[in-house]
Parts: sequence; C-alpha cells; structure tokens
Amino acid sequence: MRPRYSALSLLRHAVAETPWPRAWRVPDPKPTYDVVIIGGGGHGLATAYYLAAHHGIKDIAVVERAYIGSGNLGRNTTLVRSNYVLDGNTQFFEYSMKLWEGLSHELNFNVMLSQRGQIVLAHGPSQMDVLARKGNIMRLNGIDAELLDRGEVIKLLPYLDHSGEARFPICGGLFQQRAGTVRHDAVAWGYARAADSLGVDVIENCEVNSFVIDGDRVRGVNTTRGRISAGRTAIAVAGHSSHLAAMAGLRLPIESHLLQAFVSEPIKPFLDHVISFGAELFYISQSDKGGLVFGGHIDGFNSYTQRGQFPKVQTVAECAVALIPSISRLRLLRHWAGIQDMTPDGSPFICRTPLRDLYLNGGWCYQGFKATPAVGWCFAHTIANDDEHPLSRCYSLDRFARGRELDDYGVGNWTYKQ
Amino acid sequence: MCPICGERDYTEFRYGGDATKPRPSRETADPKVWHDYVFLFDNPKGLHREYWQHVLGCRQWLVLERNTATNEPGESRLARMDVVTCEGEPK
Ligand SMILES: Cc1cc2nc3c(=O)[nH]c(=O)nc-3n(C[C@H](O)[C@H](O)[C@H](O)COP(=O)(O)OP(=O)(O)OC[C@H]3O[C@@H](n4cnc5c(N)ncnc54)[C@H](O)[C@@H]3O)c2cc1C
Repeated sequence: MRPRYSALSLLRHAVAETPWPRAWRVPDPKPTYDVVIIGGGGHGLATAYYLAAHHGIKDIAVVERAYIGSGNLGRNTTLVRSNYVLDGNTQFFEYSMKLWEGLSHELNFNVMLSQRGQIVLAHGPSQMDVLARKGNIMRLNGIDAELLDRGEVIKLLPYLDHSGEARFPICGGLFQQRAGTVRHDAVAWGYARAADSLGVDVIENCEVNSFVIDGDRVRGVNTTRGRISAGRTAIAVAGHSSHLAAMAGLRLPIESHLLQAFVSEPIKPFLDHVISFGAELFYISQSDKGGLVFGGHIDGFNSYTQRGQFPKVQTVAECAVALIPSISRLRLLRHWAGIQDMTPDGSPFICRTPLRDLYLNGGWCYQGFKATPAVGWCFAHTIANDDEHPLSRCYSLDRFARGRELDDYGVGNWTYKQ
Repeated sequence: MCPICGERDYTEFRYGGDATKPRPSRETADPKVWHDYVFLFDNPKGLHREYWQHVLGCRQWLVLERNTATNEPGESRLARMDVVTCEGEPK
C-alpha cells in the first residue's frame, strides 16, 4: 500500500528534502494475468480498480499503447451530469454521479469534483416543454432538477444575451445543481494509483496488435512488448473499439468520429456554471485556470486522425458569441480533437461478446467521461461474473436486433448525427 | 474533389455515410441481413469509401475514397455511377 495522502503528509513533505515518491510503479508485463484490460483511459483504469477493490481479482494488467490519459480522458471537457431521459440511461448516469460524489475519498486522491451546476437553455416554448418533461423524469428518479423561467435565468446568468437582438432568445432552462466538472487528469492518476496499490500492473507504451484466439475463446493478447496470456480480456479503448474488435473478427455498430474541444486565454472568474446552448450542440464552462472551455458537435465524418477540422472553429465560436456576446474579443488558446466511437443510438456497450472471455466496453459518444466511475463499476462486475450488471444490461450488443435502442436524443439511426 | 465541379473546399460537402455496404435485395426477409446492413460498420482505420453530397455546389451525391487514418482524399465519382446498388437486382 502506498503512503496515504493527507494534510499531515503534505506538511511533512513541505519540510522534507526528498521528492514525492512515484504514485504508481512502472512494471514490465508478466507472461500471464487473470485479467488483461486494453486501454489505459478512465474506463480501463476504473475497471481495474473496482475489480481489485470489490471483486477480489488482483492479478490484472492494464495495457496502454501510449501513456495513461493520453486518449479522450485527457482531451475531454470534463462535464459530469445525470440529466438523461430514457430508462437505463437515467439510472446509470445517476449512479455514476453518486460515485463521483464519493470518489476523492474512495481513491484518497482529490479529483476536484466541482458541483457548480449545469443549466440547459430553452429558446422556445416547445423546448421548455421538453425540458419540463426531462426535469420531471429526473425528479421521479430522485435526481435534482429545477425548471427556471426567463427571469430566473437572467438572475443566474446575467452575462448571456437576453436582449431583443438575441438570435435565439432565451426563455428558460433546466438546472441541475449537482452537475459540474471534474479534473480529468486526476481521474487517470487517482484510479491508476489506487489500482496499483492493490497490485494492478499499469503498463504504458504497450500496444495490442492482435488477440490470441483458441476456437471461440480469447486467451490473451499480442503486444509490442510480447505476448500476454489472460484468463479474461477486456476492451476499453474508446475511439478504437472497431479496430480492436476487427482483430477478433467482430464487426460493431460503431463509427469513429472526431470531437473537438477549445480553450480560450485565461480570464478572471466569470462563468460560474456549466451552460448548454439549446439552439445548437454547444456547451461552455470556465476552468480553474480561467480559460473558457467549450465544445460542440463532432466534425461529422469518420476519422482516426485525432486532428480537428478548421471550419468547426468558426461554428463553435459563433455559438459562443451568440450566447455570450461579451467574449467576442477573447483569443482562442488551443483546440484539439479526440477520436470517439459513435453508435446508431448514441448509447454505449458494456457487455460480453460473441467470443468467450472477451468483454467489450465501447461505443462511448459524448457522454463517456461522466460515465467513468459507473463504467468501471459495471464493467468490473461483467468481467468478474461473466454477466452484465443490472445497471448496464441495457447496453448490450444485440439491442438493435431486439429493437431496444436507447436513443436519448431521438436522432434516429445515424451515427454521425447522434 | 467533385467529378463535376473539380477541386472545391471541404465545407461545400456534406458527409452521407458508409458507401461500402451493398443494400440487401428488397425480397430479403431475414432480419439478420437487414440488421447487419443497417447497424454494423467495418469502420476501417485506413482506406474507406463513403458517400458525400456536394450540397453547396452541383448537389450531386458522390462516392469518395478516403484514408481515415490520414484524412487524405482519393478518387471520387458520381454515386449513381457506382456499383453499390441492390444485391441481385439489375444495376
Ligand atoms: C473533445 C472531447 C470532449 C469530451 N467532453 C466530454 C464531457 O464533457 N463529458 C463527458 O462525459 N464525456 C466527454 N467526452 C467523452 C469522453 O472523453 C470519452 O467517452 C471517455 O474518455 C472514453 O473513455 P476512456 O477515458 O477510457 O478513453 P481514453 O482515454 O481514450 O482511453 C482509451 C485508451 O486506449 C488506448 N488504446 C487504443 N488502442 C490501443 C491498443 N491497440 N493497445 C493498447 N491501448 C490502446 C488509447 O491510447 C487510450 O489511452 C469528450 C470527448 C472528447 C474527444
């Protein structure tokens, strides 16, 4: 067990001359493990942690082709919330929200959950009806939600364009106070450190190139650092799910798309909440460093390049200025892209696969970061028990064949429109 | 690249999905065949063929070859000239 972080250890280190010890080991891969998890993002690391902490399986390797958190975990806009509509999603994301609320204590690592509240805006009476319905569904499930009228939004968010000139006049919004942001890197480090202290090997710079397949059973992986045999193998590679599945001869209901994020130059505290525009897919918050962090829709065509297209910068900036005219002179500091799976109904997969001892967590579209703790919780259960967790049973691979799509936005069967 | 208008900016085009999947014939009643056609994708990391529409130009539907690992575009041709039509039906 690693030394625990506490106020006392902080003080002790302030006067000590020795640097902080590494938070997790740098192990070489062993030839065999009980469980090999592919992908050292939030999902893979959380799964390893819950397997070791709650299922008594400690002989685990997490193999990551680059460094942990180098994928979408380190690229996302860090929003967490639980305002979904469909049964299945509603309960799953609320469970995740509850795990976030206790996570810093569970991991003995401050993940900097900031429950600053999220407001989804409505720009017309029909949108108000939709939000009222959503709010009612949330409250029926014990989730906090408050419907705001125009006056309340003006009071809460005075800097939005409430003038007569606004292109999309704001007539109200739905407020979830418990929603907010979490520091993404801390999620990688916190889960890695906690898993490592329970004996999990976190192996970086180790890319999986193929599976060891014996009949209908997966028995391990071949990596850039040699063969690793595994009792059970789990895929948690975010935007690369199809790529990995193809190595096992599987085709998935997934296309890989680019999602970009943007950050402005830092300014003084200004935006206290997370705000979602109702007229376009656009959301914005302010980071602790002062930068405005925002994002929009995916670029819109398959790509594994991890490079965003320039025209998106304009669309997203237009949304930002339409909503908050006073930021029109701010300069953009950086923008970047991540590769994310897009599914025909916008919902993910946490399930067994047609191959024995191979498990899949993938198909995560926009909502994968907020899901991280619940993914770890449910995927660990799936791997340990060779059966889906009740909370994630709805995220099966055969749901389309059974007519059980979970299309929360009602977009229809287009991955690139979800 | 549009076969009619020549080289045009990417913002003039709209993506329209995977063009590699042959549409099952209308007589097919097997739900599995339709499921696979509608819901499953090869989603390759590398060469791919996909539909695009030149919305802000000649409005033709195109089939474009593109490398999804680099975004490098290859050849394009008019979708109606393409061979991916109903399986087992006259082209
Ligand atoms: C720009 C952007 C903004 C987003 N904003 C939000 C948000 O505000 N809220 C929210 O809830 N979600 C958001 N998301 C989605 C969220 O980030 C992802 O769904 C989630 O992080 C995916 O899970 P992960 O952390 O495990 O992924 P990753 O961190 O991508 O982990 C997968 C890992 O697998 C590794 N890998 C891939 N192939 C191999 C291989 N062959 N061998 C070994 N390792 C491999 C990768 O290197 C990667 O590190 C956003 C995504 C993006 C791109």
